[in-house]
Amino acid sequence: MQKSMMSDRRKFILGMARAAGLAGIGALVWSSVLEESVHASLLLRPPGALDEIDFLKTCIKCGLCVSACPYETLKLAAPGDKKPMGTPFFEARETPCYMCPDIPCVPVCPSGALDVASVTTDGVLDINLAQMGVAVVDPYACIAFWGIQCDACYRACPLLDQAIVLEYARNERTGKHAYLKPVVVPDICTGCGMCENACITEKASITVLPREVVMGRAGDHYVKGWDKKDQERVKNARGGITQTEISKRSAVDSLNDSSGLFE
Amino acid sequence: MRYLISRRITQVSIILLYMAANIWGVKILEGNLSSSLLLGTVPLSDPFAVLQMFVAGSIITMDIFIGALIITIFYALIGGRMFCSWVCPINIVTDAANLLRRKLGISAIQKRVYMSRNIRYWVLGLSLLLSFLMGLTAFELISPISILHRGLIFGMGFGLSVVLIIFFFDLLVHENGWCGYVCPLGGFYSLIGKYSLIRVAHNTQKCTECMECKVVCPEKEVLFMVGKSSETVEMGACTNCARCIEVCNDDALNFSIRSYINKNRS
Repeated sequence: MQKSMMSDRRKFILGMARAAGLAGIGALVWSSVLEESVHASLLLRPPGALDEIDFLKTCIKCGLCVSACPYETLKLAAPGDKKPMGTPFFEARETPCYMCPDIPCVPVCPSGALDVASVTTDGVLDINLAQMGVAVVDPYACIAFWGIQCDACYRACPLLDQAIVLEYARNERTGKHAYLKPVVVPDICTGCGMCENACITEKASITVLPREVVMGRAGDHYVKGWDKKDQERVKNARGGITQTEISKRSAVDSLNDSSGLFE
Repeated sequence: MRYLISRRITQVSIILLYMAANIWGVKILEGNLSSSLLLGTVPLSDPFAVLQMFVAGSIITMDIFIGALIITIFYALIGGRMFCSWVCPINIVTDAANLLRRKLGISAIQKRVYMSRNIRYWVLGLSLLLSFLMGLTAFELISPISILHRGLIFGMGFGLSVVLIIFFFDLLVHENGWCGYVCPLGGFYSLIGKYSLIRVAHNTQKCTECMECKVVCPEKEVLFMVGKSSETVEMGACTNCARCIEVCNDDALNFSIRSYINKNRS
């Protein structure tokens, strides 16, 4: 009796250890698959989408936004798309967001992954508040920067002369022509992608990318002295000096450091 | 056959209703099995998906909370795994694989691979653990059920390969391998339906012990009482698919409403 109890216990412990080991391997494989979802962040989400990390937590992958979209802009990522499976996205070059004023895709979202509040002012839906991405111009491929006249993106932009403005410059090469260069105003650009869709070059020279990928941040050290509103940021700035490796030494020592120079 | 036919009709018509909403704009049942909108008002959500979202750290909105509650109560009453046999689209695939397996007699010639029925609970635990650690809905991102269902409604991509893997796994590796052993959603619903009202009841008086029911049952463990004692199938793993009822020539198996009072008396 005693002996069989022992062997039962051993069997149990062995069984548990096996199951735990198998589960561990499973978790490892599984999480490496999931890892791809976390890092496949170069895609455009519907208007009002939470930031990518919260979006992945919250999206229930029901496709209600997809069927609400009247232009078939939105797609759900299928296997093989190399995008987080089942989540909605759009490809601006194929079909951009046409900025419906009533934004049918957002209120229909049951899980709050598309946040109505982020595209609402004073209780009214406003698609111009959407921040799906931001357009970026490649000045070397854009023919307007070559001096050839093209304003396709400028004309296609639903926020004409606000999100994309034309910068006029003299063409020094010919001496008698003008450049009309498209410049994106990132604060206003919604990332709808109509410019990318309209771009006439073989591969679009203006591309919409997720905002967090493209946008920089100056930090509180730099303030526009000529801008009253910006000067208020000084009040928010925390004191202290940024300490880097090199600033620990005195300036003279740092300048006279000749190590490595004569080897 | 009538239960098999009505199961197929239910499964196919649910898919058709979703497709009708997305492709033809007939908005009776919009969305998909993860979350949907019935008649444009009633929210319905997959409680397991919502649980993963909660564990991942998402804020649960009222809409999907109510949706998940409706689905939970519904399946808690009628038997959790009724979802598996009456709604889930993968069930058609695995049933086809198992039918072919029986026809080819693969189980008879194959050396049995030992798998524990409890694997699904480990996978269930792992989905929640990974959801928590990675801040994602872990099972939702790889779920073949969602992949097939979404694929039918919104476009398949390479989703068919995932479905084929499950088909061949069930056909060649293990009888009823995916649904009966691995799928965490099945495990989840068997927990929900543990105390459900609709149950298969066995009557020993009528049973001739032909064991046809055990041949056809995808969860043979739940029929342990066949030929031994008259009782209802209590285990949550029973999918209420009614195949045992159909195959029984002696009328020894039937649906019944579980009676808690009777149980206490005996």
